[in-house]
Amino acid sequence: MRQAFPLVVRAWWQRLISPLDLPLLGICGLLLLVAVGVMGSASPERIGAQLTNMALALVIMRVVAGLSPQRLASMAVLVYLVGIGLLIGVALFGDISKGARRWLNLGFMRSQPSEIMKISMPLLLAWFFHQRTTRLRLVDFFIAALLLLVPVGLIMRQPDLGTALLVLAAGFYVIFFAGLSWKILGGMALIALATAPVAWSFLHDYQRNRILTLLDPEKDPLGKGFHIIQSTIAIGSGGIFGKGWREGTQSQLEFIPEHHTDFIFAVFAEEFGFVGNVALLTLYGILIGRGFVIAAQATSLFGRLLAGSITMIFFTYAFVNIGMVSGFLPVVGVPLPLVSYGGTSLVTLFIGIGMLMSIHKGRMLVQK
Amino acid sequence: MKITHDDDALGKFHSRLAVAGGFVLLCFVLLVLRFAWLQIIQYGYYQTRAEDNRISLVPIAPSRGLIVDRNNLQLANNYSAYTLEITPAQIDHLERTIDDLATVIDIQPKDRKRFKKLLEESKNFESLPIRSRLTDEEVAKFVAQRYRFPGVDLKARLFRHYPKEAFASSTLGYIGRITDRDLDKIEAIGQEANYRGTDHFGKTGLEQHYEFELHGTTGFEQVEVDAGGRAVRTLARTAPVPGNNLTLTLDAELQSIAEQAFGDRKGALVAIEPSTGGVLALVSMPNYDPNLFVDGIDTQSWKVLNESPDKPMVNRALNGVYPPGSTFKPFMALAALASGKRTPHQAIFDPGFYIFGNHTFRDDKKGGHGMVDMYKSIVESCDTYYYVLANDLGIDNIARFMAEFGFGNFTGIDIQGESKGVLPSTDWKKKRFKSPAQKKWYAGETISISIGQGYNAYTPIQLAQAVATLANNGTMFRPHLVKFITDSRTGVRKLVEPQPLKKIDLNPEHIEVIKQAMIGVNKEGTGARAFAGAEYVSAGKTGTSQVFSLKGAEYKHHSIKQELRDHALFIAFAPANAPKIALAVVVENGGFGAQAAAPIARQIFDYYLLGKRPKAPAAVDEAAVERDDE
Repeated sequence: MRQAFPLVVRAWWQRLISPLDLPLLGICGLLLLVAVGVMGSASPERIGAQLTNMALALVIMRVVAGLSPQRLASMAVLVYLVGIGLLIGVALFGDISKGARRWLNLGFMRSQPSEIMKISMPLLLAWFFHQRTTRLRLVDFFIAALLLLVPVGLIMRQPDLGTALLVLAAGFYVIFFAGLSWKILGGMALIALATAPVAWSFLHDYQRNRILTLLDPEKDPLGKGFHIIQSTIAIGSGGIFGKGWREGTQSQLEFIPEHHTDFIFAVFAEEFGFVGNVALLTLYGILIGRGFVIAAQATSLFGRLLAGSITMIFFTYAFVNIGMVSGFLPVVGVPLPLVSYGGTSLVTLFIGIGMLMSIHKGRMLVQK
Repeated sequence: MKITHDDDALGKFHSRLAVAGGFVLLCFVLLVLRFAWLQIIQYGYYQTRAEDNRISLVPIAPSRGLIVDRNNLQLANNYSAYTLEITPAQIDHLERTIDDLATVIDIQPKDRKRFKKLLEESKNFESLPIRSRLTDEEVAKFVAQRYRFPGVDLKARLFRHYPKEAFASSTLGYIGRITDRDLDKIEAIGQEANYRGTDHFGKTGLEQHYEFELHGTTGFEQVEVDAGGRAVRTLARTAPVPGNNLTLTLDAELQSIAEQAFGDRKGALVAIEPSTGGVLALVSMPNYDPNLFVDGIDTQSWKVLNESPDKPMVNRALNGVYPPGSTFKPFMALAALASGKRTPHQAIFDPGFYIFGNHTFRDDKKGGHGMVDMYKSIVESCDTYYYVLANDLGIDNIARFMAEFGFGNFTGIDIQGESKGVLPSTDWKKKRFKSPAQKKWYAGETISISIGQGYNAYTPIQLAQAVATLANNGTMFRPHLVKFITDSRTGVRKLVEPQPLKKIDLNPEHIEVIKQAMIGVNKEGTGARAFAGAEYVSAGKTGTSQVFSLKGAEYKHHSIKQELRDHALFIAFAPANAPKIALAVVVENGGFGAQAAAPIARQIFDYYLLGKRPKAPAAVDEAAVERDDE
């Protein structure tokens, strides 16, 4: 009788954590700690709000982790179609903010449907290739490319080049892992290079400016180049060991723009230096490594492709964001995964983590 | 077989994972190399630059361009004054701080309300004005007590000022604090950097249309800041470049006389120089004082302006749409001549009514006008003449002809947001209505259209453009308010070139017939009383547009509530042989055009052509005429 209560709690706790992958959860926990720490320096007043976002994202992760991979696969088409529908809705009735039409007002909430696509794109393509497991023909890759290019085109029109590229990358990873031959991949790379000048002419002025600014930030030190110049100064002046927590002059004197969202890495690098940066990259490396292990061990093609591409999405976020802030990739709106302030991207990323966990759990069920 | 296939696929997948892993590793190595470059090898350089960043760039807002009338009279300028600004993010108890401030400096409830409104609209790191235009004494008092108020600063700022106050308000427009929507516009043309340090943005009128001319180029000051970010001393300075000045075609004196002529009546007046399209006066009454908006209007004043039944915030000259009434007749007559449906001397007999189907259309004059030719139809404003003409022309021919004169279309004046109005046609009706019965055009409707009633709805600026084009023998200009823009740096004048939009293909003899008839209006017709004794020859046409359908009952001016009374209209130009000015006047609920609108036109012409100033606002001429049209 006396033990009944703790037993109930234990059983309940067991059930709560059973679908979770503890190594993955541990790494994410560490990254969230980093997030809280940097936020405490860059923008202390936002810690409360971000903790709420984190709690919500973890709950959603647990829900997704509890679903079976089959269940995930069965939702792929529906989620994709809803996403496309919302994107068309945005194109027709979306709210304009800062010159781009990205938000859809659904009456009860404003949502950014392009965000859904980041997860639903690999989900759909993984499902699609899984349906054709026995024999993959070239035509399947064409269909996959078409399924990918529709949402990418819609997002590009908003215009939101950053998100469009991320969705394109997410879909491309699935196609890559599905085994599209190297010859075709090489050919595509050549075509991409050859059409770059054409693509250039389709870019909006501000997008071209961002790329030009990258080449020579000093040309426009008060306008477009300002962000990059200030963030590289922040990183460089951090030195080997950093200036110390809350001691970064660049961040504390507000030279770094958007220092709690896309440029939060500059704050981190200024205060924790080269050592901190390598440590942070190591954390991401472990996260990615764990994702690859899950992908390698997955028992179905669906699981393999999904796990592989989600892992690569994390890599892409981290690489593009850090590359942009340290001044060798153009400025695109990509957050530092799990660290930047903002609920939407956090939820998206933890849905991805939840899916990885679901795939891993699915493997164990099969083994039993 | 299947197993090997799977094994094969799995092997391939694993090799792909390995490739991806290698790629990830490569990219991360690149990042580490980049960090090493920035943080170890270049550390010294960036260290110095971060130190230099103690030197911060402070934007200096440029002074906004002036707006002057054609005689160089200032209509919008700037003056420098101290404001007391609060940075809410640096203050714990905002209410208490303001209460304490109020013991040092006079802070009205109005100031508090305005501050609250700004606070709701702002981002938290901005500093917001609690009091503007401090007196020297107030400045001294605050400086002595400054230590008590961290987060409260005294700032010297330039203020927009409209010296003539409630004057041409919807034409000049006003500026207000930058909102998110304004920021979108600024970003759309890549001016973010140039607007750092600017708080205000043109919201309406010329201030809005010429925002990016008036704004100027922001200057920068290199300031050494301490660790807390406070400025210690100035190291270098790039001076701001003031905005460009606008010189208007508008004649401020004429505008004043026109506004005063309205007295406390509502309405609009547009006067145009026919040979250029330059707008001489653009009046929308009642006016408001644009100075109210400059440092953020307080809620109470805004409520009064916004909820007034007189709607002072509506620019009636561009956004008021009115049936033109009988001012439409000269254009109808010209359409009849141009299409060959009528000759000038062809006459009809008017018994005082016209029966079409089972409906009787009445002429306003009981017993009718007798024999009526084109001249008389305009001079006496005979309706029956046009009732008969209506279906000889047909609605679509009317619409095509009127479209040439700009009716029902944007004039392209340099103020944003003008209304299009309605130029009725069978196509328009098909698009406008839903049910098939409503979509159909009825011949009876053409009859109302012919005397400027029915679906007809035009803006005063369209009417003015049309009459100016007629005065100018069919050569049409885009109405514009800015004559030239003066570059503040070089003094170079950028002319707003008066290029004709087009020349309407019309027979000069036909135009002459219409002009002679309009001269007749002011000599012996409905406009004769208003223009009695004028020392120049003018041409005009009165009009009255219905607000309220009488359903056959007789119209009695004084027995009808004011807001349901008819609108009075008048179009005119002078001197008739070589027009220097053409105008359209609408007096809302003013009654007959001859009574309320024509006397205003007379005052305008007297001043513009002879320099005569009126002694009193244009009185309503009660005895003018009977109602001149249905």
